[in-house]
Amino acid sequence: MTTTASTNGTKPAAAAKPSPAAGIANWADERLGIATSAKKQIRKVFPDHWSFMLCEIALWSFVILLLTGVFLSLWFTPSMGEVVYNGSYNQLRGIHMSEAYASTLNISFDVRAGLLMRQMHHWAAMLFIAAMLVHMMRVFVTGAFRKPRELNWIIGGVLLLLGILEGFAGYSLPDDLLSGTGLRIADGLMKATPVLGSYMSFFMFGGEFPGDQIIPRLYTAHVLLIPGLLLALIAAHMLLLVYHKHTQWPGPGRTEQNVVGYPMMPVYAAKAGGFFFIVFGVVALMGGLMTINPVWRFGPYNPAQVTAGSQPDWYMGIAEGLLRIMPGWETHIWGITMSWNVFLPGQVAPMALLGIVLAYPFLEQWITGDKREHHLLVRPRDAPTRTAILAAMVTVYGLLWAAGGNDILATQFHLDLNTITYFMRGAIFIVPPLVFIVAKRWCISLQRHDNDMLLHGYESGVIMRDALGGYTEKHLPLSEDHAYKLTARDRDVVYTGITGADSNGVPAPNVRVDQIRAKLSKAWFATNVQKPTRAELDEGHHHAELEHEHDAPLEDHAADGHQFDGRHDVTGDDLTHKH
Amino acid sequence: MLTRKISARLSARRRSRFAAPAVLLLALLASGGVYATLSPASADKPTNDAATIAKGRALFAVSCSSCHGMNAEGILTQRGNNYGPSIVGVGAAAVDFQVGTGRMPMAQPGSQALEKRPAFNSQEVSELAAFVASLGPGPSIPTSADYGIGKVTNSQMVQGGEFFRTNCTACHNFAGSGGALPKGKFAPALTGVSEKHIFEAMLTGPQQMPVFSNGVLTPEDKREIIAYLKTNEAAPSYGGFTLGSIGPVSEGMFAWLVGIGGLVLAGIWITSGTARVKKKKGDVA
Repeated sequence: MTTTASTNGTKPAAAAKPSPAAGIANWADERLGIATSAKKQIRKVFPDHWSFMLCEIALWSFVILLLTGVFLSLWFTPSMGEVVYNGSYNQLRGIHMSEAYASTLNISFDVRAGLLMRQMHHWAAMLFIAAMLVHMMRVFVTGAFRKPRELNWIIGGVLLLLGILEGFAGYSLPDDLLSGTGLRIADGLMKATPVLGSYMSFFMFGGEFPGDQIIPRLYTAHVLLIPGLLLALIAAHMLLLVYHKHTQWPGPGRTEQNVVGYPMMPVYAAKAGGFFFIVFGVVALMGGLMTINPVWRFGPYNPAQVTAGSQPDWYMGIAEGLLRIMPGWETHIWGITMSWNVFLPGQVAPMALLGIVLAYPFLEQWITGDKREHHLLVRPRDAPTRTAILAAMVTVYGLLWAAGGNDILATQFHLDLNTITYFMRGAIFIVPPLVFIVAKRWCISLQRHDNDMLLHGYESGVIMRDALGGYTEKHLPLSEDHAYKLTARDRDVVYTGITGADSNGVPAPNVRVDQIRAKLSKAWFATNVQKPTRAELDEGHHHAELEHEHDAPLEDHAADGHQFDGRHDVTGDDLTHKH
Repeated sequence: MLTRKISARLSARRRSRFAAPAVLLLALLASGGVYATLSPASADKPTNDAATIAKGRALFAVSCSSCHGMNAEGILTQRGNNYGPSIVGVGAAAVDFQVGTGRMPMAQPGSQALEKRPAFNSQEVSELAAFVASLGPGPSIPTSADYGIGKVTNSQMVQGGEFFRTNCTACHNFAGSGGALPKGKFAPALTGVSEKHIFEAMLTGPQQMPVFSNGVLTPEDKREIIAYLKTNEAAPSYGGFTLGSIGPVSEGMFAWLVGIGGLVLAGIWITSGTARVKKKKGDVA
């Protein structure tokens, strides 16, 4: 009897040893059923674009805030009880201060890595809010807030507000001279409330400012209440993101029905996970190398003291700016002082700004009448009015921000403090409209340029000289992909409004409001440049083909231009010089 | 017993005709003596001889009189405003500060005299100071016994910090980095300023600064403040680069430029590549 071998190997085949990771995964899967539930999410596709990474800066900064915040909370004492400092910072030893400030000094000088953690926490907070703001600008200018994402826009706006409040609470906790000055301003803002102001202030501070309650109260808000709300809203924000799916830029193969990109595992998880380490690294470097809030230089809070350069962190800069440039208007009626100089910039303006931001998606929907679902983004130039609104808003923000630092501008650039203030008072009304106009015209010019490229091709850089000595530049047609990207947008329709009566003679309701909408729609859309029609495109292509035919004999020939222009037949011409 | 005896004898002679003049004499001696010991305007040093003053007057006539007048009486503009103020009675300390730090003579009229390279050497400064001091009593140039911080203890330096935060930070900033004042004026940075000049500035109140006379802040208080400033100047920057020590405005700028700027670049880098681990030669990203 003979055996038949199917291989020349001398050893029997053996299954490869399973990796320990696979073993653990299998063990867990058999008990928890992870694979089944994760099968769909693990392959979830995310589109790739740098502007989609902005939200991750905010998310990862928040993670760093949680990590460093836990570390700090182990040593921080949220109390305004008076102690005598006896730590290792000589310049303050023996001074009476609150336990909060003493423990902050302790973290900075006597806890190992404490100062690094404090500075990382503070830098991460600055980045957290800055990243939320840039993310918000990206969402705004690409139209990613449109249906079905309006609610997520509102959640995002509330997250930004909470982040600012959380930051302010954290700024106030160390109870140094700067913190206390900030709280004094908060106290002033509250007291500017008509009638109720002083009651509200006494309620918040547990008596006359500064009292001995505010630090423990802010601590509860800072480590429990607001972070809890932030976590819950971030979860809701991201669940909605998963539910809606991520928006994407238009392009070949990308439609309103699909998402083109990389799957969560392994590509996007690696990209996002890697980005966490980059964010962590940048924050660690900033925390290690750049001083932020040197509380030991400020000294403990004392209501009788103040320092030049008392400013809030950057995200409150616009509120500071509003306060600084507001004229000192006050009225006295029936024994009540109305501090318009604080009430308007401190309470009305921020609330109005927040209200406009949150309501924006609905305002725009009403004007444009666009209630369709949108998953494809709009290039900023294709929504000139929206882009111009953002540019104007950024301008207002920047001007107020600069006004909040007017004394620093004055000292650093040798300017006059008063002149800066007077300039800003006018500029916030004059400059943003100018910026709006410039941005809008700029967008429209870019739209025209897109149309030029679609119809006549792009500029090749090849210069031709004709028989008369004139120069022309050769245009080459766009690639199909590129042309697709430029044309993947809807034509804008100006809403003309309803007028008069219908066929039954019934006058249309709400004509007045409808006419306002029609006017706004005209202002919104009328000057936009629409993409070329099919006929125009065909005409353009035909023209390009003719041109190409003309140019064909010239390819790879050095034309000296004296003999022919490439557009006329030269056979039979006497091309020799006669002179 | 003895005091009772003396008072009884004095009481017996209180109606003597010499009593009133004697009491008057005693009172005069006492007030004069107390004034002599407590007055801030102590008499100047013996270097202020007539020759030095004459040299100072000559320098003054050349470099200062065009604004302050030939006899330092000040010059008014046609509208009656100050062109150059009278500096009679400002004292030698004021001259030593203004001229010694280069603020005077001013290069041009402006909202504030700027610090620059001094135009006079120390010999000439003392001659000018002697001339101005000869015009009227004023604070004299402090000596190292006044401003020297060698004997200041740590707790005194801490006390100086409290004085500093109470009296100085509102204009000069928490770290002495300087601050803005209305109409283009400013409080200059205190870092790198000599002990003597800080002392003189407090004593004489140059430019926009209020006078912190020795009755308000004693020389000891002033030394404590100087010690606090100098201790901070010598201390390392515990948190890394100071970013100017001008408060949260520069921090915000760096958060945006370094933080957001750097991370956006990182985001562009992450999303610019394909998913492939290694790029093949000739690949276009």
